[in-house]
Amino acid sequence: MATSLAHWLTRTYLAVILLFLYLPIAVMILMAFNASPLYEFPFEFDLIWFKALLKNEKLMTAGFNSIGIALANTVVATVLGTLGSLGLNRYEFRGRQLLEILLLPPITIPWLIIGTSMLIFFFWTGIGRGLHSILLGHVALSIPYVMIVVGSRLKTHGASLEEAAATLGANPWQAFWRVTLPALSPSIVAAALFAFAVSFDQFVISYFLAPPGTSTLPVEIYTSIRKGFTPEINAISTVIILVSMGLMLLVARQYRFGGER
Amino acid sequence: MPGLVARQTRAAIALTAPAYLWLALTIFLPLSAMAYFSFLDVAPIGGRESHFTLSHYIAFFTKEVYWRNAWRSFELGFYVTLLCLIFGYPAAHILAKHIHGRWREALFLLVILPFWSNALVRTFSWTMVLRGELGLLFTYWAIVIGLVHAYLPYAILTCYISLQSIDDSLIEAARSLGASPLQAFLRVTLPLSIPGLLAAVILIFVPVIGSFMEPRILGGKSAIMLGPIIENQFTAVFNWPLGAALSFLMLGIVLVFLLAASPILRRHWQ
Repeated sequence: MATSLAHWLTRTYLAVILLFLYLPIAVMILMAFNASPLYEFPFEFDLIWFKALLKNEKLMTAGFNSIGIALANTVVATVLGTLGSLGLNRYEFRGRQLLEILLLPPITIPWLIIGTSMLIFFFWTGIGRGLHSILLGHVALSIPYVMIVVGSRLKTHGASLEEAAATLGANPWQAFWRVTLPALSPSIVAAALFAFAVSFDQFVISYFLAPPGTSTLPVEIYTSIRKGFTPEINAISTVIILVSMGLMLLVARQYRFGGER
Repeated sequence: MPGLVARQTRAAIALTAPAYLWLALTIFLPLSAMAYFSFLDVAPIGGRESHFTLSHYIAFFTKEVYWRNAWRSFELGFYVTLLCLIFGYPAAHILAKHIHGRWREALFLLVILPFWSNALVRTFSWTMVLRGELGLLFTYWAIVIGLVHAYLPYAILTCYISLQSIDDSLIEAARSLGASPLQAFLRVTLPLSIPGLLAAVILIFVPVIGSFMEPRILGGKSAIMLGPIIENQFTAVFNWPLGAALSFLMLGIVLVFLLAASPILRRHWQ
């Protein structure tokens, strides 16, 4: 009796937590399909807000900016981060520990502080605001994540395979392309997806670095919310949330984290 | 072999240089520039002449509006962290100790999935729920609810990881030696899961102190605290030196907090 009560209680508790996590998202998605512009009931299914979204040039341009920056960020941060992580984990040199510690500030310092300091520095030095400086900032935030994800793989997977390849006559290039890279590829793919997500979701830094008239999707959404929101924002938010959750589910199926190994 | 060491070092430098030069240009130089600006009376932009001053830092400690709002940010961080732990820890415990197999995998994924989607969109989604009859929108509690929603998955994730690594036989041993379930929990499970709790405290408290988007969207007039005040200096008032000084003071609060936590962290993570 006691165990079935405990069973029931634990399940109910989890259900309540999940309800809390998903309720607002569900309401927002529902309203994206509701015809009323004032979010009023009764609910009447309509796609007008998605059609309006396609005609909203500002939001569409910002969306394409976001996708472009996220793709460029993924390539640059993954390449630089993977190289850096190889340098940190495959060689012994003085200052190695310091370099590892230097990865922490970009992750731990609140984005508000990083974003405003970038604004000051870029404006002051003439780098200026714009999509280029947004990309500079996104790559800076992504590099530490890439280096940590790839580095954890390099740490568990020692250098013995590369040494074996070298003993068998492979030159360093051959050892890298035929041994190191294939062994690292799952973690590089994970790091790249991470980098894409970091950039595509990044709001704070883009907000400070976006000049008037140019923006990324989160900045444009924020501006619209502050002006008084419209159901078009629900429509674009629905698209964003379904796409990013879908992507995450794909990754999770691939790597099966969280489950029992 | 000095030749080999030199070659090794050269290779390491060549591989790490691009990433670290990028970080220097976009993180470390900007933070230095911000430190410099915080000691100036006006921003040295557009040919204006600026002079050294401590007035922004003095203002923080002497003008009530600044330290009072810094305290409000601190308080918000405290409430949000506490609520995340109170609600997140039991959920993590249930996932790690009471549910097994495919169900656990699926539920765990459901819990951390929202955390991977856009924070701005999730904050916006709360305006849909809190407006209307609930009447909570644009209150202090709306900010707390939105932030707890944003950071609860962090708490569940970190607590889950440390709870999952506790060997069940330890708990069984305590039970067979006569401990009640509560005693076994308090004397075995809870102490062993402290690293996860601490990780959650840091991962939640630090970003909440620096938040400004959630208070702005959900808080209305209740949003006045350190984060939004700093944002204002850069986007509305254009007093960059004051904004820089306030940012640095916020960074100081965060560093003091991390330093205070570091002895406990070191004890548990070695």
